[in-house]
Parts: sequence; structure tokens; C-alpha cells
Amino acid sequence: MATEIKPNTGTWTVKSGLAQMLKGGVIMDVVTPDQAKIAEDAGAVAVMALERVPSDIRADGGVARMSDPQMISEIIEAVTIPVMAKARIGHFVEAQILEALGTDYIDESEVLTPADENNHINKHDFSVPFVCGARDLGEALRRLGEGAAMIRTKGEAGSGNIVEAVRHARKVLGQISHIRGMETDELMATARDLKAPYDLVKGIHQTGALPVVNFAAGGISTPADAALMMQIGVDGVFVGSGIFKSETPQIMANAIVKATTHYKDPEMLASVSKGLGASMPGIDVRTLPESEQFATRGW
Amino acid sequence: MAPIGVLAIQGDFLEHRNMLDSIGIESVEVRLPEQLENIDGLIIPGGESTTIVQLIDIYEMRQPLIEKVRNGLAVWGTCAGMIVIAKNLKDKRPDPLGLMDIEVSRNAFGRQINSFETDLDINGIDGPPMHAIFIRAPLVTEIGNGVEILAEVDQGKPVAVKQNRILATSFHPELTEDPRMHAMFANIAHSMQ
Repeated sequence: MATEIKPNTGTWTVKSGLAQMLKGGVIMDVVTPDQAKIAEDAGAVAVMALERVPSDIRADGGVARMSDPQMISEIIEAVTIPVMAKARIGHFVEAQILEALGTDYIDESEVLTPADENNHINKHDFSVPFVCGARDLGEALRRLGEGAAMIRTKGEAGSGNIVEAVRHARKVLGQISHIRGMETDELMATARDLKAPYDLVKGIHQTGALPVVNFAAGGISTPADAALMMQIGVDGVFVGSGIFKSETPQIMANAIVKATTHYKDPEMLASVSKGLGASMPGIDVRTLPESEQFATRGW
Repeated sequence: MAPIGVLAIQGDFLEHRNMLDSIGIESVEVRLPEQLENIDGLIIPGGESTTIVQLIDIYEMRQPLIEKVRNGLAVWGTCAGMIVIAKNLKDKRPDPLGLMDIEVSRNAFGRQINSFETDLDINGIDGPPMHAIFIRAPLVTEIGNGVEILAEVDQGKPVAVKQNRILATSFHPELTEDPRMHAMFANIAHSMQ
């Protein structure tokens, strides 16, 4: 039977649906088309196209902005997996440009220097879906209220240190199970305390889960880190500096993909963790002054 | 009656399991070759086809799966799954398993901003049209002998096809609340070979 399409594009279902397709996968930061191909060949489910990985942004200092559209287009041409790109928090014009380029997902990211310290982008205005970082459930629900179709932990990008991603994932999941166990009477006060939309809090109470996919990001640098986050209960992982700042990116990329699929299989994890060479050097996040922490950007 | 396997190496396998569960059909997750034993059918879910094919090869499932299908295992591929089971791809990568005699074009409707939903009439599904969700969806561009077209969008764009015990859809019934397509596949899988 043939059906005339009355195409309905940019709907919530297709925006959050793409994230569903990424589950159990690894999204890798890449800065060149060649890196994008390495990531695709290693089994990445998507790539994040950017000019500098977070650890270099951290080292270089200055204002970090959306990447050069030329470079994003080249990466879009190079691979067939979805291509994501970052816009500054609140910079809706960067997001408009990324949408016009055909980017498949926009990360409104604290890794870039925020453009608006009060307001995030109104993501409902876009056909392209957005992913946003969160440190706790309130922050995640505020982003969903603005139209984000996927959530990730903020972690501490470019640190090579998993501690903040673990903190944020445990916080979000812990708050979800806490709300799940509440009486309905308590939900409004909880929405007030979390500074979160009431309807979304009510949804969490009913389903015991976020209505979107939740990935880990920020500091994942080994296969064991990826599997740790999966076992804690996220749906997939972003790896930023961890792959192309390691000694053998191809092998590391492959190993992190395998560890993410087989996160519950310690023998598989042991075998993929062998012979990886040096991981990226890390930073003790406690020694970072607040002004140098990416996670505190946005609210 | 054996359970339906759902390939669980990447993608929205959980949604397929939930849908089967909602109509009382038992399912199991398949991540390794030995888990292909004792199942009546296998669903290859939505996800990233390049990733799924690579992982099928890395975990050495390609030959065992081809062998099982030759011996009558029922298979249903949704979206990425359709690409994985195709005989040929328009853009030659990834290297598909060749379980069904179709040629498939990946991302045939465009990039994510062109992803869409629509209502679709499907042969073999009684009642109102199904709501179909197309996400960076593929399209069947050629069919071989014995491949039956169950649904098309516009004219001549097949999005649901069937060949013996193998089913492929460009869209994602598992993302809806409508279990009719899952019931159809379970019928095929549980019927005598």
C-alpha cells in the first residue's frame, strides 16, 4: 500500500527518538575528518565535531566559541554516522547556524564560554534536537523544560578525571529514585526545591525515569571509566579528550566501544583494557579553582 | 515455543523487549553468538547501522547468524536493522549481512532535521493505519524475487518489506504504543518453518 507522506518533521518524537538510537553507544569528540573516520571505524555511534578538544580549550584559555562551520561541514561529509556540534550556552544564533549546516544534534555546552549567564537557548524553537549537561535532576529538568531531547552529565570536561561524572550521574539517579518513592502530595514542594517544572517532576514520579536518554560525559578516559558509568546506570557515554589525547587513539576508541557494550562482563573488560598505552594525563579536580571549572557554567 | 531474541549490542533494543512484553511474548537479549541458540526469531533494532555491523563482526556473530537464517530463523530489522540485513547498500558501507534480497539507501530522507512521523497503511496489518516514525531512515531501492512490499510512502518508495520469514521496516514501531507489527513478527517467528 502506498501512503502519501504528510511529513511531520522536528517533532518531539523524532528529536528524542534519535537519542534512543544512540543508546549503548559511544559518542567521540573529533577535530578533523580523519579523526571522524577513525571514530566511525571504531564503532562510535556519533561524533562531536569541534575545533579543540576540552583539554586543549582548558590549556589555551580565552573565549571558546562554536567551531568553524567549514570544518563541521567537512566532518559531516566524511562520515555517515550522526554529527553533533557545540553551541555556547544561550547562543541561539550559533545554534541556528549549526542547524543550517545540517548538524544532527546540538550540544549546548558548558565547555564553550557561555554567551548568556541567565538564559539557556529556547530549544523548542528548533527542528534539530539538543543535548544539554546537568549536575543534578533539577538542572536536567530545567533543560528538558526548555526543549532538550537528551541529557548528559556535565562531569568535568578535559580533566581526564571521572569523579565529577560519577557525582553527577549518582545525584540524578538518586534523586529520581527518591521522587519515585514519594507521596503525590510531596511533588509540588519537590518541584520548588529542585527549581524544576512540576509536570516533569510528576512524570518522574510516575515512570521512575527521565523521559529522555541520559548519557555520561566529562572525564571518561579509559574503558573501565565507560563501563563504570554504564553500570551506575547511564544509557551511553561521550568521550572527549580521552581518545585522541591517548597514546593510541584507534585502539583506545575500539576498547571504549567494546567496554560500553559489554559493561557487565569483567572478562571482556579485562581483555580490552590490556595494552592500551598511556591514557590522557589527568587533573585532580579539587585543585581546580571554581573559575576554571566548566561544570559550574549554566544553572 | 522459544523466546524471540533481540540483538542488544547497541540501539533501542529495550523498547522492542518492552513492546513484546506488552503482548505477552517472551524475549531474550542477544549479545554473543552462543545466544543465538534456542530463539525462534531475532529482532535487529534501531541504532547506528555502521556501529551494529562492526560489533557483529567484532563479536564474530556474522557467520553464525547467516547460518541460522539459512536454517529458518525469522528475522526482523527496524531502521538500522533493515540496513544490517540487506543484500546490498547504495553507498557500499557498512558491509551488510545479505539476509534479505533488497538494496537499501541509507539516510534516504536526509539528515536528522528531515526525520519525520506519518500514518502508514501496511498490508497484513488490519485496522487503522500505523503511526510510523522515521529517524534518519533508510529506504528500499531495489527488491529481488520473492520480496513482497508491505508499505510504501509516496509512490514507489518501499518502507516495509517481507521475504519468507524475514521482515524489514524503515521506521520504528517500537517507539509507538502500537504492538501490531510485533504481533505480526511473533506470528511469523512462532509458526512452523
